[in-house]
Amino acid sequence: MATDYNAFITEATIDGADDGPLAGTTVAVKDNISTEGVRTTCGSEMLADYVPPYSATVVDRLTEAGATVVGKANMDEFGMGTTTETSAFGPTRNPADPERVPGGSSGGSAAAVAAGEADLALGSDTGGSVRCPAAFCGVVGIKPTYGLVSRYGLVAYANSLEQIGPIAGTVEEAAAALDVIAGPDPNDGTTRDLADVEGADPDASYAAAADGDVDGLTIGIPTELFEGADERVVETVEAAIADLEGRGAETTEISLPSVEHAVQAYYVIAMAEASSNLARFDGVRYGARADSDGNWNESFAETREEGFGAEVKRRILLGTYALSAGYHDKYYEKAQDARAWVRQDFKEAFADVDVIASPTMPVPPFELGESLDDPLRMYLADANTTPVNLANLPAISVPAGEADGLPVGLQFVGPKFDEETVIRAASAVEER
Amino acid sequence: MSDTSESTDDAGEDAGGDDAPAHSDASVVDAEAVRHVAELARVRLADDEVGTFAAQFGDILDYFEALDEVPETEREEDLVNVMRPDEVQSGLTQEEALSNADETADGYFVGPKVS
Repeated sequence: MATDYNAFITEATIDGADDGPLAGTTVAVKDNISTEGVRTTCGSEMLADYVPPYSATVVDRLTEAGATVVGKANMDEFGMGTTTETSAFGPTRNPADPERVPGGSSGGSAAAVAAGEADLALGSDTGGSVRCPAAFCGVVGIKPTYGLVSRYGLVAYANSLEQIGPIAGTVEEAAAALDVIAGPDPNDGTTRDLADVEGADPDASYAAAADGDVDGLTIGIPTELFEGADERVVETVEAAIADLEGRGAETTEISLPSVEHAVQAYYVIAMAEASSNLARFDGVRYGARADSDGNWNESFAETREEGFGAEVKRRILLGTYALSAGYHDKYYEKAQDARAWVRQDFKEAFADVDVIASPTMPVPPFELGESLDDPLRMYLADANTTPVNLANLPAISVPAGEADGLPVGLQFVGPKFDEETVIRAASAVEER
Repeated sequence: MSDTSESTDDAGEDAGGDDAPAHSDASVVDAEAVRHVAELARVRLADDEVGTFAAQFGDILDYFEALDEVPETEREEDLVNVMRPDEVQSGLTQEEALSNADETADGYFVGPKVS
């Protein structure tokens, strides 16, 4: 029997249309993306029995395009983690090395694809949650520009940062899935119609952009995202970039000083938004409810004590703290300044380069249990992915090779709504 | 960009100077502070969890202190309102809306007692 990686929380089938661009393909859907009639747990005890009465826009688009949903993928509870170990349904194992984590928070999605249990997967990326597991499992993951893909039906963690993105075995397959899920949705007012976006191509075909042609492409190499990374990871990524130079790409060193503050800004903003978003889980309209004799406030507090795991409580409490009187200006306002600075840094960099390349993760996959007791250590692993969410940009993680037998991901970041360029660059890495 | 870099350097020097002890004091989190914020967030905590969180929050907030070095930055966001006609559309039925509730009565949610 094949190894059980615990990639799925629920195995259930939602049939796709008979024909369409994704006919015959199977897809794993992260368990924070609503599926009508199929329980959607967010990896939490709180929603262990929650069955959505409607499907997310992205799920409808996939099934209408012919894809069949085969299950709901395991994840860090409410997307809060970098290892998929904070799931209430047990950790997912990395198919590349079952003693190691698959990354997170969309670890089940990436593991399902890497293990061949699904052709495609959907994840959600708030601070790297699609790209990190793609890198750790040796598959491809795309974090779209904020506003390209509808979040309707995605259970919110940090609205201003997150996007749903595809994971697949190849760049072209991931891009083809993006072709299907991208586009405006009246149910998500933050989605954009590319016809209204200056410089964007409303007729973009992402799959067609996976042509491997990097001749004349200018790649920016930000020193800040290589410093401090594991030497084996850096060597693998640099070798892949050197190959692209051999195919006509030019590289140039750039500096993004603001990214030194990205992890701090990301966690303050994400925790603040989480503390507000997760206030809805009080056990009244949906979700588990504690057996309490107390009043309204006591009952809610007991429900939330029982329903949430430690990492979720940590983030709700820290977010509440960062927004509370006396600390709002010190943490939240400064984090918003840092966010604006990161955005400005990238904007200036893209005046000179077409894409920016770095390791996706500064470290190889952790061993199971290695980072669980040290949340700050886990947060620091998000150094290279969080700047992208703060700046609302598109990015992709593509396998660059292996270090000591473990997958290493290369991340390309592009200007807003220029998914085609990051896809093109990534497809060239794949063709090496 | 040069303005930004200069002010960062200034802030960095300040952080290493006289202000530094005050900064680290600010992030000391004791059990009482954890209990207070847990009450605000309506999350009950076990006693051992309070102690663990106090230590972890100290480390995490110390790390967040570096945000003090971030220069004030203009937030040039190109936000546009997205409007649509206010037309009646079909939504969830009452039955669907109640389908995940722990307790309902006569088509309503039943919550805990208020006091």
